[in-house]
Amino acid sequence: MLKKIRVIVSLVLVSLITLYFLDFRGFLPQRFSFPAEIQFIPAVLALNVGIIVALVMLTLIFGRIYCSSVCPMGIYQDVVAWLSKKFTKKKRYTYSKAKTVLRWSVLAAVGITFLFGFTFLLGLLDPYGAYGRMVTHLFRPAYLAGNNVLEAIFTSFGNYTFYKVAIYGLGVFSTIIALVTLLGIGLLAWRNGRTYCNTLCPVGTVLGFLSRFSFFKIQLEDDKCNSCGLCTMKCKASCLDAKNKKVDYSRCVTCFNCIESCNRDAIKYAPVLPRRKRIVDPMPAYSYDKPSKSVDSSKRRFLSATVLTAIAAGNLIAQETAGKLLPKKELKRQTPIAPPGAIDFDHLREKCISCHLCVSKCPSHVIKPAFLEYGLGGMMQPLLYFDHGFCNYDCTICGDVCPTGALKPLTVEEKRQTQMGQVHFILENCIVYYDETSCGACSEHCPTQAVSMVPYKGALTIPHIEPSICVGCGGCESICPAIPYKAIFVEGLETQNRIEIKEEKAEEIEIEDFGF
Amino acid sequence: MDRRNFLKAIALSGATLTTIKDAEAMSILTQSFQTTQAAKYDLVAVMGGEPEVMFRKAITEMGGMKNFINKGDKVCVKPNIGWDQPPEMGADTNPKLVAEIIKQCFDAGAREVVVFDHPCDEWRRCYTNSGIEAAAKAAGAKVVPAHQESYYKEVSVPKGKNLKSAKIHEAIVDSDKWINVPCLKNHGGAQLTISMKNYMGIVWDRRYFHANDLQQCIADICTYEKRPVLNVVDAYRIMKTNGPRGKSPSDVVLAKGLFISQDIVAVDTAAANFFNQVREMPIEKVKHIANAQALGLGTMNLDSLKIKRIKI
Repeated sequence: MLKKIRVIVSLVLVSLITLYFLDFRGFLPQRFSFPAEIQFIPAVLALNVGIIVALVMLTLIFGRIYCSSVCPMGIYQDVVAWLSKKFTKKKRYTYSKAKTVLRWSVLAAVGITFLFGFTFLLGLLDPYGAYGRMVTHLFRPAYLAGNNVLEAIFTSFGNYTFYKVAIYGLGVFSTIIALVTLLGIGLLAWRNGRTYCNTLCPVGTVLGFLSRFSFFKIQLEDDKCNSCGLCTMKCKASCLDAKNKKVDYSRCVTCFNCIESCNRDAIKYAPVLPRRKRIVDPMPAYSYDKPSKSVDSSKRRFLSATVLTAIAAGNLIAQETAGKLLPKKELKRQTPIAPPGAIDFDHLREKCISCHLCVSKCPSHVIKPAFLEYGLGGMMQPLLYFDHGFCNYDCTICGDVCPTGALKPLTVEEKRQTQMGQVHFILENCIVYYDETSCGACSEHCPTQAVSMVPYKGALTIPHIEPSICVGCGGCESICPAIPYKAIFVEGLETQNRIEIKEEKAEEIEIEDFGF
Repeated sequence: MDRRNFLKAIALSGATLTTIKDAEAMSILTQSFQTTQAAKYDLVAVMGGEPEVMFRKAITEMGGMKNFINKGDKVCVKPNIGWDQPPEMGADTNPKLVAEIIKQCFDAGAREVVVFDHPCDEWRRCYTNSGIEAAAKAAGAKVVPAHQESYYKEVSVPKGKNLKSAKIHEAIVDSDKWINVPCLKNHGGAQLTISMKNYMGIVWDRRYFHANDLQQCIADICTYEKRPVLNVVDAYRIMKTNGPRGKSPSDVVLAKGLFISQDIVAVDTAAANFFNQVREMPIEKVKHIANAQALGLGTMNLDSLKIKRIKI
């Protein structure tokens, strides 16, 4: 019974969270973001006290329910383990000793690097973030391809329920990480069940520590149990020692498989009253949810400066060689453009675990994972690129969906005033300048007229830029038809600014006649 | 389906076919009656009404939609849905006008009406926020996507000077008739965007236009052999500055105008003159109009045309 409830709840939650990632048409309303918001690390990073308290209480009362039913990575492993049983008939788990040193070392490494502002390791190992990347880089292309097949069929009958979507590669590095995660964790799950959860997963270690003190526990009843070992064979966390009639509660993920397996009804899930009077500290001795954290900014600056200099040097060399061959200038972005609501690079680097929900959800396909643009600590974090489009002026989806608060939710008004980058114009690359023909594609796309067309020769108009009112959406850069090098581009800003938009008074114009 | 149901179905469809035939015969009668009665103009200009009212007046003066759409035609209506802006901004064609045109097409016997545009902003937001998708669907049209290259077909444009071929949306290529429904507004590059500039929404690669003398390419694409049967210029709200996207409502003037003609050069000349009253815009600056006249697409000499002016 308990197992059935567990299976149903976990399948519902994992389906919802996966669909929420995949749903590019906005069928699922915004409130279906909750399976992402109740994830442990996102809640910690978003300082969502309600959810943290709820998850801690849940664990202290019922054990690691989070790991068995809420965490999508946990459920993914269960699905893989279940499949493995279909292929290997006599699949049995064995009890193994806890890898306590490994678990705590990994947690310590994650915690320490995080405190030093290097969130990459946390993002890499956080089960939700890792699952998000699997969905974004591996499941999503398949989902979109399926959509396109349906589109082809329906459209051939004149039915336009489906529309085509482009499938883009979103960066080799993140895709490889996602693939390694899928195969690595999948292989561990295929062989030994929940190995990842009880070795590498930082959430598993924290909740495992808490669950040792949980009120409800799996217990072997001494008088009924004959140590037959059936339950041990079913325990995918390898934490049930039937010989000694003991359970390692730090690893038990409350899947209830053991209860179902027992022929003698010797396993119960019931409250435990402490045998001895013990003072139990309900808070974990070690938690990385410490409100005050000292950031070694000099070290961070050194790291990012190194990377930046390397990039800049490379660019300089490239420019020099290019300059000799071609009359036009190639200017590449020196500073990446963070998505709207990122506040500044430090905020993004600290809060983002690279789940890539924003990457999946961006309707304009302008968010992709970074490689080294933000430095080592910002690998896989989102940045804007304008190969397939530009950031739509009134769109606020990325901030709305971000579960960690790395991208703040913005109102449309706030979004319009958020400056993510500033426009740069290279006159000698501009078509109006070198061809002396009309263009204006950049200004056409500019929502604030930071790029406007001013009188030039004869009837021609030429772009004029006003970087102070530029939002950095990349409309101009994306559409600029100049080849081989664009005449206009956006340079990112380390810290996002608020721009003032002047209210213009409407003129009263009366039109009396046709004018011809 | 058992035999009885099958027979019933046959009987029913037979009966329907007969009635349809009757209706067709009747409408052919009324059509010829209408056309002979209505005076024919080269261009009709209307002022002072709501978009759908002005269009009804104008199309009646042109002899009714039946002059342009035949029974069973597959019609494509091509508004401007370029931007993620509400109708109040005048950045896109007025949805009421689009709906009225679709209705009239169906009344004239169109088999199917398809609506699309190749937007600049994110296409789902443009289709929704312009109000055009909802209005067109309510009027019975099919609203089709245009955001992917695979929806476009390569056609040659032999009469073009700079543009010799282009990828044009299949909804236009596969249609029997198409109606061009632009809105009149300022444009940073082309100075004005009217009927001819609206062609840029039927092509896939617009960057080519910008890179190869925009004003010539706009005229060139209009030489594509399948011409619109009508150009209906929506000047209900005119974006006078900061076009084509617009910054704020102060860019917009409620002008309540509408121009309709088969001559794309004439209708754009008329609309440009109308715009000139809102903000100075000498017709010479809108070079693609003269370029199109040079290609023989129509005349800028409005005095040589039979024009009907209506003020409501």
